[in-house]
Amino acid sequence: MRARQNKPQAARAASDSPPSWLPRLLQDHVRALSGTLARMRAKPLGTLLTVIVLGITLALPAGLQALFANLSDTGYRLGQQSLQTTLFLKDSVDPAQGRTLAAQIGKRAGIVSSRYLSKAGALKEFEAHSSPGETQALKLLDRNPLPASIVVAPDPHQPQAKAQALLKSLAELPQVDQAQLDREWLQKLYALLNLIGRVMLIVMAVLAASVVIVVANTIRLDIENRRDEIEVMKLVGASDAYVRRPLLYTGLCYGLAGALLALILVKLAVLSLQGTVQHLAGLYDAQAHLQSLSLGPSLILLGCGLGLGWIGAFWTVSRHLHLIEPH
Amino acid sequence: MPDIIRFHRISHRYEDGDDILTDLNFSLDRGEMAFITGPSGAGKSTLLKLIGLIVRPSRGDVVVNGRNLVELKRRQIALYRRQIGMIFQNSNLLVSRNVFDNVALPLLIRGHSGGDIGRRVHAALDAVGLLGRERAFPPTLSGGEQQRVGIARAVVARPALLLADEPTGNLDPQIAAEVMQLFMRFNQVGTSVLVATHALGLIQHLPYRVLRLEHGHLSEGLPLSAGATGTDGDTPLESPAE
Repeated sequence: MRARQNKPQAARAASDSPPSWLPRLLQDHVRALSGTLARMRAKPLGTLLTVIVLGITLALPAGLQALFANLSDTGYRLGQQSLQTTLFLKDSVDPAQGRTLAAQIGKRAGIVSSRYLSKAGALKEFEAHSSPGETQALKLLDRNPLPASIVVAPDPHQPQAKAQALLKSLAELPQVDQAQLDREWLQKLYALLNLIGRVMLIVMAVLAASVVIVVANTIRLDIENRRDEIEVMKLVGASDAYVRRPLLYTGLCYGLAGALLALILVKLAVLSLQGTVQHLAGLYDAQAHLQSLSLGPSLILLGCGLGLGWIGAFWTVSRHLHLIEPH
Repeated sequence: MPDIIRFHRISHRYEDGDDILTDLNFSLDRGEMAFITGPSGAGKSTLLKLIGLIVRPSRGDVVVNGRNLVELKRRQIALYRRQIGMIFQNSNLLVSRNVFDNVALPLLIRGHSGGDIGRRVHAALDAVGLLGRERAFPPTLSGGEQQRVGIARAVVARPALLLADEPTGNLDPQIAAEVMQLFMRFNQVGTSVLVATHALGLIQHLPYRVLRLEHGHLSEGLPLSAGATGTDGDTPLESPAE
């Protein structure tokens, strides 16, 4: 044996003591993170499979969010355009007064166009869009029953509430007999979007729970595989926090990696669908451009990945770690 | 000299109801080295586990370094264990970590800097004669080398108290004698050492206190037959005074 009598004494000689608590805490975190990354690198296939599962699971709600954002954007744009309103004038308003009123309305802020439609003009439009039977029925009457009207189109870029308030004030003008705001279909669209949004929230909650369960199970298996190591660590003085720290970092790393993969998958999906959507829109003489996740939702996705990973890890660590003690 | 370990009326009962230790009183002075012997199942390991807070006594007080372990809360156990070094028959090494990392583990847990860890681990490995084997993994080491790595890990943080549970149980007589010499050297520099062992032949001529644990009770001295037979066929050690 090479050990010499004086060596233990040398080993006991004075040396550095552990650093104070803050540098030590930072050092412990850096070591825990680097140890976690090293362990994940040491099992590339297992790590990759877990990240892929998490990436797909997170990509589904992220993709739904992107789809919903695109649908909402289109819906609201259509909605704004359909705010066009018809103001039916009283019989006492003659054509000259009607044209003057239309011009005055057209000059108001928030109004893009205002067009006067006389009683005769209204009859012509009715005939153009009605069946011969309906036209014949109308001719049986001794006078034209259709009122003169002003067709008002508000600026679609202003908030919907502001546009509606403006149209309401127009409907209350003394010359106006009745205002027709045909937004029934729009209300249906908004109701549909609302329903889709709520379904999406439920799907998101279920998939978020899946992420937590996947991470929790992965960490649980990790704890089981490292049971002997954890026992030895506790035997030589490791606290629960010290043992817990790398496991929590594992959850965070899995969550972040899964969220990054989900982000990439959503971007790829949007890119691959862009051409098809534009072609479809072209068939309807419309333009369409699919938007991917913008910076805000992307950051939220990464935050959710981190948070869910941490929750999954913390949940399983809290349940299993205290059960492992030296024996 | 103040004691580093004091047992006061310690009793311990297994979960199945069997009493293993009964109304035990015992103390180890600071800087003292002592052996605990006794037949298998006598409770030697349990006694060390009580000191390492791996089990808690059914009754009585265990005072180590002035602290009554019975009163320690769960979250205080880790800090307490950092004051002691423990060595086991199977050495309890982490097979996925090399020798350096195994020995460095207590220092990492205590938050020592990288440079300090390097110095201390090399000093500890030098002390047990394993300098140069830092990168070896435990499965590639012999039983004696593994046990010496376990000893290096136990002493690397310079604990005041070293506990060893059958440290020579799996070793041939020559290596067992070398391992026992290591404990004596650590004791010579002031570490209190308590060794539970079957190897009566190894310790019978040493000038250290021997306690015999049998039927739950401790008594001083070797069994009468040990000196005559050289029990277990172990190689007798030379006294450090010799």
